[in-house]
Amino acid sequence: MAGPGGMRRGPAGAKMRAPKGTTKRLIGMLFRENKWYLIAVVTCLIICSICGSVGGIFMKNLYDAIELALVDRSAGWNQVLTLIGIMIGVYSLNILCAFIHTRLNAVVTYKFLTNLRNKMFERMQKLPVRYFDSHTHGEVMSHYTNDIDVLSQLVSQSIPHLFQSVITITILFCTMVFYSLWLTMVVLIGVFTMLIVTKKIGGRSATFFLSQQRSVAAVEGFVEEAMSGQKVIKVFNHESSAIQDFDRVNEEWQGNAYKANKFANMLMPILNNIGNSLYVLVAFIGGTLLVLTKGQMANLSLEAVFDSGFTTAMNVLSISVCISFLNMTKHFANQVSQVSGQINAVVMAQAGAARVFQMIDELEETDEGYVTLVNAKYDENGNLTETKERTGIWAWKHPHKAEGTVTYTRLAGDIVLDHVDFGYVPEKIVLHDVTLYAKPGQKVAFVGATGAGKTTITNLINRFYDIADGKVRYDGININKIKKADLRRSLGIVLQDTNLFTGTVMENIRYGRLDATDEEVYAAARLANADDFIRRLPNGYQTMLTADGANLSQGQRQLLSIARAAVADAPVMILDEATSSIDTRTEALVQKGTDQLMQGRTVFVIAHRLSTVQNSDVIMVLDHGRIIERGSHQELIAQKGKYYQLYTGAFELE
Amino acid sequence: MLRKLARSIRDVKKPAILTPILIVGEVVMEIMMPLTIVRLVGYIRAAEGTGSMKYVIICGVQLLCMALISLLFGALAGKTAAKASTGFAKNLRHDLFVSVQNFSFSNIDKFSTSSLITRMTTDVNNVQMSFMMIIRTAVRAPLMMISAIIAAFSLHPTLPWLFVVVVPLLGLALGMIIKVAMPLFNRVFKKYDALNASIQENVKGMRVVKAYVREDHECEKFGTAAEEVKREFTRAEKVVALNMPVMNFFMHVNMLVIAFFGAKLIINGNPSVAGSINVETLSSLLTYSMQVLMSLMMCSMIFVQIAISVESARRIVEVLDEKAEIVSPQNPITEIADGSFAFENVSFKYQKGAEKYVLSDINLTVPSGSTVGIMGVTGSAKSSLVSLLPRLYDATEGAVYVGGKNVKEYDIVALRDAISVVLQKNLLFSGTIAENLRWGNPNATDEELVAACKIAQADEFIRTFPEGYASHIEQGGTNVSGGQKQRLCIARAILKKPKILIFDDSTSAVDTKTDAFIRKGLKEQIPNTTKIIIAQRVASVMDADVILIMEGGKIAAQGTHGELMQTFPPYREMYEAQNRVNEEGGEA
Repeated sequence: MAGPGGMRRGPAGAKMRAPKGTTKRLIGMLFRENKWYLIAVVTCLIICSICGSVGGIFMKNLYDAIELALVDRSAGWNQVLTLIGIMIGVYSLNILCAFIHTRLNAVVTYKFLTNLRNKMFERMQKLPVRYFDSHTHGEVMSHYTNDIDVLSQLVSQSIPHLFQSVITITILFCTMVFYSLWLTMVVLIGVFTMLIVTKKIGGRSATFFLSQQRSVAAVEGFVEEAMSGQKVIKVFNHESSAIQDFDRVNEEWQGNAYKANKFANMLMPILNNIGNSLYVLVAFIGGTLLVLTKGQMANLSLEAVFDSGFTTAMNVLSISVCISFLNMTKHFANQVSQVSGQINAVVMAQAGAARVFQMIDELEETDEGYVTLVNAKYDENGNLTETKERTGIWAWKHPHKAEGTVTYTRLAGDIVLDHVDFGYVPEKIVLHDVTLYAKPGQKVAFVGATGAGKTTITNLINRFYDIADGKVRYDGININKIKKADLRRSLGIVLQDTNLFTGTVMENIRYGRLDATDEEVYAAARLANADDFIRRLPNGYQTMLTADGANLSQGQRQLLSIARAAVADAPVMILDEATSSIDTRTEALVQKGTDQLMQGRTVFVIAHRLSTVQNSDVIMVLDHGRIIERGSHQELIAQKGKYYQLYTGAFELE
Repeated sequence: MLRKLARSIRDVKKPAILTPILIVGEVVMEIMMPLTIVRLVGYIRAAEGTGSMKYVIICGVQLLCMALISLLFGALAGKTAAKASTGFAKNLRHDLFVSVQNFSFSNIDKFSTSSLITRMTTDVNNVQMSFMMIIRTAVRAPLMMISAIIAAFSLHPTLPWLFVVVVPLLGLALGMIIKVAMPLFNRVFKKYDALNASIQENVKGMRVVKAYVREDHECEKFGTAAEEVKREFTRAEKVVALNMPVMNFFMHVNMLVIAFFGAKLIINGNPSVAGSINVETLSSLLTYSMQVLMSLMMCSMIFVQIAISVESARRIVEVLDEKAEIVSPQNPITEIADGSFAFENVSFKYQKGAEKYVLSDINLTVPSGSTVGIMGVTGSAKSSLVSLLPRLYDATEGAVYVGGKNVKEYDIVALRDAISVVLQKNLLFSGTIAENLRWGNPNATDEELVAACKIAQADEFIRTFPEGYASHIEQGGTNVSGGQKQRLCIARAILKKPKILIFDDSTSAVDTKTDAFIRKGLKEQIPNTTKIIIAQRVASVMDADVILIMEGGKIAAQGTHGELMQTFPPYREMYEAQNRVNEEGGEA
């Protein structure tokens, strides 16, 4: 039972082969986390393999005993009974160990996968926003779905199989050498052939499996785009050309999938029948030797060494050795095919593991800040001091290493950008020499065309990205010195895309401040103008939201995200206005909600409608990463510059 | 259900039929080999006496030939199986895609986008796996089992009865494991999907997570959910883990019992009577017993695989079975006379079973070439009203006329070619701008593209792009701004040269001035086209010949701007509210 159905999106198999060391690291990880379990599993596997491979020895001895019984009935029969008795013991042990190791392996597999998944998730939480901006959601998701699925296959199936096969092969090899060196040589030649075939056919199969994964991603990408745009396709009568395009990617997929499966399917029958031929060859050669020497074939074996008390390595090849050798040959060849059959799973798992490790190895968001945000109160002398309880007054705690002192600065919401330059990539600066002052309680609005750099500025204030040059100060403190978590806690954000989480409405609003009481949540909702509609939902505040609040209208989701920011109650707000169209009535509600939220706070508004910016204290008009005009609405209108043109409708915002 | 799926075999019918035949050949060879080996050993024994190798050599060559034939058949079967299964999957996916293309809007509404995607990916994969297993293993395993039993009986008349006892017992044991494990797996798969959905949510909302410093909270939430999935997976997998010890148990019991009785028979036996047995027969019997049990194990694996895919197959067939609700009539009219349209006592609801009508008692006649404005709050059924014209949906009651004929009399393609809708949720597709525009008319010349873009006020910004009309649009049109996207969508609709052009809130992200230019362009360049404009801004509709105010699925008022200002106070209030904004700051 491999991976379950469901989500399988995004490009997979972007990399062809895994870098060196991936397997070692994977095994190391597996072992470190489950040391004792694995020791138990390995012990049981070894016992199982031994028990499984002594069947050949048993048969050999059984045949000997039977031959003996034909001469000396009672002695032979007793030997038969003893042998069967021993085998009952051996096989019971085998069954017991199989029971234990398969069970333990189930535990180990899921423990390992869960730990890996947790590791990925924890690391992902610490990755900088840049990572998510430069990877598609599908890409990130495929680590959790496709890659984990192939790893699950590896840990639960391939590794135990391989391990057991290797042990069995070793044991069988020793047994065969023990009985007859000559016949072993014949078997080795056959095995060598099998390995060459595996390398040839198996290797090609693995390569095509990797390309198949790429075309799967292409098909999925196409389907996703087409299904999302299905209504547009209908409206334009575009169905037949969509089908044509789809057939192209679909056929390409089939080309790769066919080749991958062809080689994988062919591998087994070929190996099995090389095994069969080997069997025949051993029978034939053994038989010929027996016949030609009239049962007096000199046999080089360890058995002879032991039997003769180390005086000779030769004895006579017997028919019982021949027959049991045949069975061992079969068993041996089977094991070799088993190992070869895992090759695809191993190659795919390696590629998957490499991608997972790549994610785990991504560099975390760095944070060298040491200024923290603490609850504060004024003591009897009127000095600001730290306190445990929530006072509503916050202060920046600024330790000075050199002097060994600590100063407290009251959190006010004074933000300064001082000659800031920034580029998402160093070669391309998108913000040039931006300077601005936002006094506590002021409302600063950014207007300008798409790509002018409005959102970028807010990305810098909360340090989603770090500036290239210049300084950003928060209450006079360079924000690089402030711990990121505390900096962000002091900033409330309403983003353009309202992201809600699966959970109740209550939980979604409380996301802003986890220790908010129900009353505080209600108050925030009222402030955001969301209370009315929430109470009209089937279960009020306890209504479950799923799939990013798909059961709510766009406007309602915006109201919830405003409420979420309201409950966080931060002194500085960043407001990225939603662009999507909502009807006039809801828009008025949203407008009123944001207005109430903005009162008494320092606010940065990224405006898409000029109506929201007019009452700002200062409006920044951005163009190609530069502030080209600044001032109040009246001042800018009087200037008759770009803002005036925007305002009169000669240019478009957004 | 099977017949439905089998239809997708089509061009891979040959390999699909060939595979089992080849497999039969492979199995026959595999079964014959142990029998031949018994003979070979017999010859060797005899040769020990005579010293003649003749029969040994003949037998050996026979065996090698069998191995070679088996290899050939096996490898060919592997190839044909790959051809058949991937071809089947390709056809199935194609059929699904075609089926979806034939959907009407109401069919599309029924299936969510993500569920359609899952059906075309994961579900097809599952069915493909099962298909391959069926044509390979489902033939191989039972055949192997039966012929091994028969071959065993040919070697000895009594000992193989043991198989007949063991097989049902093992079958029962494996069956019970599956029966216990399946529901556990089905449950945990659902949880696993939910876990992955929550990861996706987290990835999408990462900015919110970071902005509110909720990384630890998210880890904790995820950890709890992951732990639960782990617990349930482990539980289910532990049941499945019983497979191996159970299998081992039966295999070993089988082997020991045969060894015991076999030995007894040989020792007590009289070589001359029937039922005699020797060492090599015993060895071959053991080989057969292994084959029987292994085949049974394979049968149980097929069973599990099929059980997993039954749900997938059901979901696929659900799409294939879905009948497009709206199809062209027989002997359809393919010419639409003009852009006039009318609604006659039209009522509409999205589902037949729904209680409330979305639209009720709509009566309206609009002459060709006029401009109609539609306003109303969200949910007042503005979009529903216009979607009845190109038969995106069919009216539940009453009739809709276009160009003087009932829309149901037209050929659908012709009707939709004549009526261009710029949907509210509009999309561009990955490809160049020109490619996207040519959706409207595949044969449009470059000049026509430019002309349409000029009307839509898109030409100017397209020219600022480094590659102009050849600029690439990302999936979902993420690399152009909202206003630009809307204007491209408008140009695309104009290119169709429709008789009726519908804008469903299509200029919301376009500034007022550009909006006005677009309307002016439409009026001057395509005066004979009927234009329907759904908008939130009064400014967008105030020049229309008639303005409809929708309220709760009814036309609350209709008239020109001037008339509504006087007769319908809510309209005047809206106008004044929006104009106040304009006086103060102007809406962009």
